[in-house]
Amino acid sequence: MPKVQFTGQLQRFLSVPTVEAEGATVRAVLDAVFRDNPRLRGYVLDEQGALRKHVTVFVSGRALADRGGLGDAVGPTDEVYVLQALSGG
Amino acid sequence: MSDRILVGTRKGLFDLRRGESRWGIHRVHFLGDPVSAVLRDPLSGALYAALALGHFGVKLWMSADDGATWIERPAPAFPPRPDGLDDPHPWTVHSIWTLENGGVPGRLWAGTISGGLFRSDDAGGSWQLVRSLWDRPERREWFGGGADHPGIHSVCVDPRFSDRVVVGVSCGGVWMSEDGGANWQLGGKGIYAEFMPPERREDPRIQDVHRIVQCAALPDTLWCQHHNGVFHSQDRGLTWREITTIKPSKFGFAVAVHPSDPRSAWFVPAVKDECRVPVDGKLVVARTRDSGESFDTLSAGLPDVPAYDLIYRHALAVDGSGRRLAMGSTTGGTWLSEDGGDTWFEFPARLPPIACLRFAVETA
Repeated sequence: MPKVQFTGQLQRFLSVPTVEAEGATVRAVLDAVFRDNPRLRGYVLDEQGALRKHVTVFVSGRALADRGGLGDAVGPTDEVYVLQALSGG
Repeated sequence: MSDRILVGTRKGLFDLRRGESRWGIHRVHFLGDPVSAVLRDPLSGALYAALALGHFGVKLWMSADDGATWIERPAPAFPPRPDGLDDPHPWTVHSIWTLENGGVPGRLWAGTISGGLFRSDDAGGSWQLVRSLWDRPERREWFGGGADHPGIHSVCVDPRFSDRVVVGVSCGGVWMSEDGGANWQLGGKGIYAEFMPPERREDPRIQDVHRIVQCAALPDTLWCQHHNGVFHSQDRGLTWREITTIKPSKFGFAVAVHPSDPRSAWFVPAVKDECRVPVDGKLVVARTRDSGESFDTLSAGLPDVPAYDLIYRHALAVDGSGRRLAMGSTTGGTWLSEDGGDTWFEFPARLPPIACLRFAVETA
């Protein structure tokens, strides 16, 4: 199952342990995480479901290609990192 | 007089208190995070702080114990944007620009960039977009002034009748409701925009009102610092007359009105829109006590060295006595006056850039 890890910066606001989550795309994996941690959703996505402008996602080292749809494929052994971009601080 | 000031800055919320003889920083909250709006509800004593996190979006925190502990509350958020909708403005909250008490227990108003007005009737437990304003066709004409998108910065709630609300939009004019936001009327007659082509100068839908404040004792009186001048209304915002006597300039953001004397108001002028600094590098406050017939230029106690401090629209406040004032600048200076602005003294700290400050009204 893909592993999802969040920037430690988020620990200031809420608990974000590294978790394993089911899903074949970044969107599906994140949705699975948010089901268990609903407050986290608003920190990563805006209210229209788009990735926040200054948040970035990597899938096993590959930068997210589909920032709008979060449709990048995720395999069972992938590690998904949700990080703050260096812009926007 | 109020002995407490809440200061929202680019890097935290500062709770200033007046002790036996002098002011000091009582507590700092959210250090490092941008605080865009702050409110203390006088009915419940609850504190609210709106954060505009650079990475993680708009957040709203509330404290029921005067800042000892905070809990996150739902932030105002738009409903899903309908597919295929032709709308020039995003359905996302970029920042909470103003928070106001609604005048009845539990009611709060939030004005936001990108132009959404939100209302809560459960003390911030949930928020509803005020669709009656958002769905007005005139909103398509709104545009950003300074910010990328239009924003609601002023929500004036009539203390006599809490359903009577006046809203200021930059750039979208003056909007008035008599029924708690169910229906809206466009005010602003008499305001004009130098920045528009001649045929649109008096269009009330696009006026860049920078800030609107309401006299608590005579709420029919409103003062407005507009992009190109100062305006005054005595009919709750329907019609306005320009005040041309202000000096040293007519541009600025902030305005405060005396709580019991509608003739008295304070402004902090800057050169002009493309040069947002004090005239000649001299920070001064302009005060009228005769409804704009004349102005005093107040500088005693303000910097006598070159000063390029700009006072944002929410960063000038007067307390309930009308004698104590405070203002905070984009370069972190904070000044207070105990005598209606005749003399000022600098708060002994260099704070981060100041977005907003307000006196905390004690629990009723």
